[in-house]
Amino acid sequence: MKHKTPNLHAKSQPNKPLVWFLRMFITLYDVYRFTLRFFKEGFLPPYEGKELIKQCYNIGLKTLPLISVTGFITGIVFTKQSRPSLAEFGAQSWLPSLVGIALLRTLAPLLTALISAGKVGSSIGAELGSMRVTEQIDAMEVSATNPFKFLVTTRVLATTITLPILTFYTAFIGLLGALLNVTVSENTSYKIFFESALEQITFLDITASTIKAVLFGFTISMVGCYQGYNSLKGTEGVGKAANSAVVIGMFLVFIEEVITVQFFALFRP
Amino acid sequence: MEQKSETPPNTPTVIEIKDLRIAFGDFEVLKGASLNLYKGENLVVLGKSGTGKSVLIKIISGLLKADSGLVKVLGNTVDNISYKELLKLRLRIGFSFQNSALYDSMTIRENLEFPLVRNRRELKKQQINVAVEEVLEAVGLAQTINQMPAELSGGQRKRIGIARTLILKPEIMLYDEPTAGLDPITCFEINNLINQVQQQYKTSSIIITHDLTCAKEVGNRVAMLLDGKFDRQGTFDAIFSQPDAQIKPFYDYNFIQ
Repeated sequence: MKHKTPNLHAKSQPNKPLVWFLRMFITLYDVYRFTLRFFKEGFLPPYEGKELIKQCYNIGLKTLPLISVTGFITGIVFTKQSRPSLAEFGAQSWLPSLVGIALLRTLAPLLTALISAGKVGSSIGAELGSMRVTEQIDAMEVSATNPFKFLVTTRVLATTITLPILTFYTAFIGLLGALLNVTVSENTSYKIFFESALEQITFLDITASTIKAVLFGFTISMVGCYQGYNSLKGTEGVGKAANSAVVIGMFLVFIEEVITVQFFALFRP
Repeated sequence: MEQKSETPPNTPTVIEIKDLRIAFGDFEVLKGASLNLYKGENLVVLGKSGTGKSVLIKIISGLLKADSGLVKVLGNTVDNISYKELLKLRLRIGFSFQNSALYDSMTIRENLEFPLVRNRRELKKQQINVAVEEVLEAVGLAQTINQMPAELSGGQRKRIGIARTLILKPEIMLYDEPTAGLDPITCFEINNLINQVQQQYKTSSIIITHDLTCAKEVGNRVAMLLDGKFDRQGTFDAIFSQPDAQIKPFYDYNFIQ
């Protein structure tokens, strides 16, 4: 007969899922309040214009080199991988259109958002987290300044404004990568390439990409700010805030991508 | 080292704390603490680490909410006012943090300008520059104006932290461990600065510390936080001259050290 070890935690186990659910709802409620506060305070004076411009510059500049390299490589690789499949049907001439549509509709917004989540989201999480830990946020509070307005609103607005610009930049750089590949393989002129690439792009594609980029930018920065602003005491809290900003930010970007793709599909003929 | 004179009777109260209670989880930190700060005095709050000294001044400035009790600052009940009113009240309170809490990404000039630019929007650039230079001179660090906080020593950071609060010309100053982690000479300079601020800016101050030298040099009155309450209040000499088993080890340790 097997000896059965007594379970010392048996009494507390039935409550565990309940506690987990309660915690989750409390966090969701906190996030809801944090987001609501952004909309309440973000558009009311006094405005932090200087800080907003500084953040736009920082965020744009921080991600630009990485986005340039990634976008260019994606353009090359995507074109190279797509050619054999199109060649099977004798449809190589569709390659620029395919690359153009793929880049603008999905690859550019998604790539830009993921790189920004890694670069911008983590830096916002770590910066605000360390400011919380070293009482810099409290110092702003006691000097009669609203730290939420100065730190959160400016960063969220800056990322939300910058990401659509970066997205179109990524799409353009991706097209340059594709052009390089096409030029090397087929000796096509850049004029013909760009004409074919942009031919199939509609107003809906541009609108959808812009809305997606705005949504991604807002999500990434909001997650980073929430994690940093509410970071727990200590250096461990700062690391956790930066890490969570990236992980949760990326996860939400994928979820939003699925939803927006389904949504905009409703408007396509 | 001379004992400062006690606050004269009938001096108006600027901070009134009654039966203040706050707990973190099961641990009750303040258990019905009552304390008054009178106009123009330096009140030193002494107590061991973890007894709720910093919690007390965070409640006064509205950074923390007490579980129960009354906190009245300059006639305003801190718990019952709106966020807008709280911001207005904070303009009249200066808070010097234990680790200075200077904004790392800004120069000293920007650190000092920060509260002024946001709260006195009517001021012109030149007036702001004058105010910045004035407070920097008051703390004796005019040469650091374009430096970053990371380039300063601990004592210099403390002084700049005090200067940042002085720029708004507060009526009340709250100092959280102003001499913690500093060498004796810098401690002496900071103590002098606290006294100078009291004289020059006519402030009423609460100084949180466990440094008895600081307490004796800057305090008109001393309040001992023991077991969540202020049971012993008075001048430094009055408190430490009595054979009190709870206070004596505190005194012995400080001065033997």
